[in-house]
Amino acid sequence: MKSVRLVLHEFKYTQKVFWRNPASVFFTAMLPVIFMLIFATIFGSDKLKSLDNLPTTTYYVPAIVTLAVVSATMVSLATNLTISREAGLLKRGRGTPLPPWVFIAGRVGNAIVISVLMVVVVTLIGRILYGAPIPWDRLPAVAVTLVIGAASFCCLGIAMTAIIPSREAAPAVTNLITLPLYFLSGIFIPESEIPDGVLSFANHFPIRDFFTAFFAAYNPNTIGSGFMWGDLLVVGIWGLAGLLLAIRYFRWTPRN
Amino acid sequence: MPEPVISIQGLRKSYGELEAVKGIDLQVEPEEILAVLGPNGAGKTTTVEILEGYRDRDGGDIKVLGVDPAKPTRAWRERIGIVLQGTTLETKLTVRESLELYAGYFENPRPVDDVIGLVGLEDKAEVRAGKLSGGQQRRLDVGIALVGDPELLFLDEPTTGFDPSARRQAWEMIAGLRDLGKTVLLTTHYMEEAQFLADRVAIINEGRIVAEDTPENLGNRDQLPTRITFHLPAGTTIDRLTGFDRLSTQEDAAPEPLVTIESQDSVTDLNRLTGWAISEGIELTGLEVRRPSLEDVYLQLTES
Repeated sequence: MKSVRLVLHEFKYTQKVFWRNPASVFFTAMLPVIFMLIFATIFGSDKLKSLDNLPTTTYYVPAIVTLAVVSATMVSLATNLTISREAGLLKRGRGTPLPPWVFIAGRVGNAIVISVLMVVVVTLIGRILYGAPIPWDRLPAVAVTLVIGAASFCCLGIAMTAIIPSREAAPAVTNLITLPLYFLSGIFIPESEIPDGVLSFANHFPIRDFFTAFFAAYNPNTIGSGFMWGDLLVVGIWGLAGLLLAIRYFRWTPRN
Repeated sequence: MPEPVISIQGLRKSYGELEAVKGIDLQVEPEEILAVLGPNGAGKTTTVEILEGYRDRDGGDIKVLGVDPAKPTRAWRERIGIVLQGTTLETKLTVRESLELYAGYFENPRPVDDVIGLVGLEDKAEVRAGKLSGGQQRRLDVGIALVGDPELLFLDEPTTGFDPSARRQAWEMIAGLRDLGKTVLLTTHYMEEAQFLADRVAIINEGRIVAEDTPENLGNRDQLPTRITFHLPAGTTIDRLTGFDRLSTQEDAAPEPLVTIESQDSVTDLNRLTGWAISEGIELTGLEVRRPSLEDVYLQLTES
């Protein structure tokens, strides 16, 4: 019980810091919404022929949901943990009785809560502005995909701090990893427009699998419950690898 | 005798080829403020971070509050407070929120309002840490270290980079901790800081303790000669100034040659000097009589 109380305590202050930081509010909470509005405006009434005439706007809902979750978990954790590390806050925390895992748990909790919020917001925007159906029948698949994905990308974000040398380098490293994969995985450009060779390359990385799972759960043409267990397994394995690397290489003291 | 709060015997630490700490012995008694004074790179921070449980050591026996800091426990962390070198604050949280955040980590924290008063930030309680001045931020750092109500407080260079008035304020606050009965281990490279705050000073240089005493007696300061100096006007000589064993003249000093007398009996020597000056009709421009300062002792001890 004491641990639960401590995690909630840590979570509460992580939330405060998150919402007071203009950079995290803009890049994590607002940018996915802006992307959603831009793509939906550009491709307005198009339909994707090779995807059973799926409206492009409906396609972009799971795409932007994927981006929003990756951003709230992996990108946000990698950036904020690096900033905290370089500011000496992680070191200071280690000098208190707080168990180190609580410190991380508070931040992971924050990332997951922001992820859930973003999934709801993007889904509602899709429904209200563009008539993209809410996948009520496949909600369990959406939830399971979200949980496995958010947890896995949190682990990858924590692991990523090991290769980020300074706070200035954080945006460069995270963008270098995510932006090309967003393009190649069918998040910015509908996958029906992307050559098969490129998609199969993107398949080597978890963002593509994560999106495939969300896409199946959101796609109104999906038959069945929409669970993509194969893709979720790949995402989970990436997450586990991230966790092991994080345990091995995560550091609490500033590099500079 | 009560148990010392910190006891160090034969502490050694190397980074690769570099021997940062070459065998330190030191004790800190309950409710004492001990200053570890030394130039940059002397091994101060390495030593303190070993005591805080941040770094491992290569050799030596250490007990901090009866515990080996290489095996820090949660119960032990409840009893120590740490102010790291350089400010470490969450800039988006207010003073009060910062203290509440850390208070939540401890079993028996000191009330937050109490801590705000101790560090003199009553007017800034609702201001975000990022909006405070450098001196106020550092006081919040100390407040965060105090919020767990520790028995032992580590302060690593608490006033480095401060302007004189901010430094003075910080000193008064730290001196006030004495009334709380805390044991404090302070590192600094300011002589005056050690002199103002510490009951005892240990001077560390090149990984060794080269002197350890009260600020008054450090390096036998009380027995060192007093220095009498004056400038010799142009066209005069000191040929008839006799009876001083340790007299030296620095010919190239500005604006005129500087004469230095090291005196063990300054009253007699001053009488003799002024007698000579009157009889020769010489004005002793820039006459100074100075006891060796802690700084003189420090510079002498840390000369490499």
